[in-house]
Amino acid sequence: MDVTRKLAAGLKKRKAATERAPRRGAQGRVLVLVATRKGAWLYHGDARRRTWRVDGPHFLGHIISHVVLDPRDGRTLLAAAKTGHLGPTVFRSMDFGRTWKEAARPPAFAKAPEGEKGRVVDHTFWLTPGHASEPKAWYAGTSPQGLFRSEDGGVNWEPVSGLNDHPRYRAWMGGEQDGTPDGPKLHSVIVDPRDAAHLYMAMSSGGVHESTDAGRSWAPLVRGMEVVEGFDPANVGFHDPHCVRLCPSNPDRLYQQNHCGIYRLDRPSSEWTRIGRNMPRRVGDIGFPMAVHPRDEDTAWVFPMDGTTVWPRTSPGGMPSVYVTRNGGKRWQRLASGFPESQAWWTVKRQAMCVDTLDPVGLYFGTTSGELWGSRDEGERWTCLARNLPEIYAVEAVELA
Amino acid sequence: MKVLIPSPLLSYTRRSEVEAEGGTLSEVLADLDRRYPGLRFRVVNEQDQMRPHMRFFVNGEQVFDLERALRPTDAVQLVQALSGG
Repeated sequence: MDVTRKLAAGLKKRKAATERAPRRGAQGRVLVLVATRKGAWLYHGDARRRTWRVDGPHFLGHIISHVVLDPRDGRTLLAAAKTGHLGPTVFRSMDFGRTWKEAARPPAFAKAPEGEKGRVVDHTFWLTPGHASEPKAWYAGTSPQGLFRSEDGGVNWEPVSGLNDHPRYRAWMGGEQDGTPDGPKLHSVIVDPRDAAHLYMAMSSGGVHESTDAGRSWAPLVRGMEVVEGFDPANVGFHDPHCVRLCPSNPDRLYQQNHCGIYRLDRPSSEWTRIGRNMPRRVGDIGFPMAVHPRDEDTAWVFPMDGTTVWPRTSPGGMPSVYVTRNGGKRWQRLASGFPESQAWWTVKRQAMCVDTLDPVGLYFGTTSGELWGSRDEGERWTCLARNLPEIYAVEAVELA
Repeated sequence: MKVLIPSPLLSYTRRSEVEAEGGTLSEVLADLDRRYPGLRFRVVNEQDQMRPHMRFFVNGEQVFDLERALRPTDAVQLVQALSGG
């Protein structure tokens, strides 16, 4: 299927991921990719990230869980899509959304033997480009939890059997009734930039897992993570990581926003530390997204949400804030300049907050109430970039040369 | 045979009425997928089950078995039962 869209003019090849990030005053342009429950929108920033040109909707009416630009070629876009009633698929664009072509074989579980109940992909939830040494490789995480890999740029997808057929699959992931309201997810697929065979991924529910052999085998990485009171943290299936990020400046450091707190892990240790204990008690350390600084392993941002009583998962007290740590989680600082001061009950989903790579770093997030917010100064001041969008599922920011 | 296509699938067929061949509903869907790549997986999952909200009618009668035999003169209709908002 081809969908024609207006060509974004003047876009050039993005700098390679390994290239030095631009310094203050650099003229990189940021493209913000917004995936929503009713379509996708692309926001093209000017050189100063002050004005934004909107391109969209793409796939109006489709549920778009994630739109990701391939940092290796700087021009391939993948979009994970379904509609309320049609099955899931992946679309691919080589021209910044002017045209889209559907995957020939979207992520799908293996056909079950006769007489057995097979699993069915409800939707592809997460997209991750592969290692720089594997320029056509991509990973996809699905709902229910499944991991898939493409070796041809997202055209054909195959199940990663080492996970999807793992003998502990059911113990780790529970039943399909155990996940988030619209289905349990496999997310946060991370490729170690130093080693294509070293992978992390997380599942809601099902814990964080690591593979050192390109996905052929997996081991849980949940020590130190807490679970809901009354449950046994030794049971991997009770762990609910919401978002895991690896620090580009130190691939041995991971940050995690979990259903039960904010954590940091410094390899080779395999024990997470709950750095969210250092958040203000009245705010707590519950939320969905996590964002990390592209050049400073000690700096990370979260968007706290209310995890008390019935877990509203809205901004505590109706006062939206981003919190930043600049020392690896020892202390946290509230950042809210520009946000409404009251009666703003925002929810930000796990894929809906991100950073760009400029200096100072830009931050972006989208709310379930359809507002896109951005900061050009690492969260000090915030501006609403767009409102009245459908429920925002994912926000990605990429820098264009 | 004649197959009626619901609006969510017109991005594949461009027409609401197309021709397809096959001795069963399953074969007709396979033929549709050859003519309009990607269409089948949007309506039938990887376990060869009809997706929720997709309905198949043959000569006005709802059919639940993809192996249901068809005659060349049968009229097949794919229907999407919309719900939600």
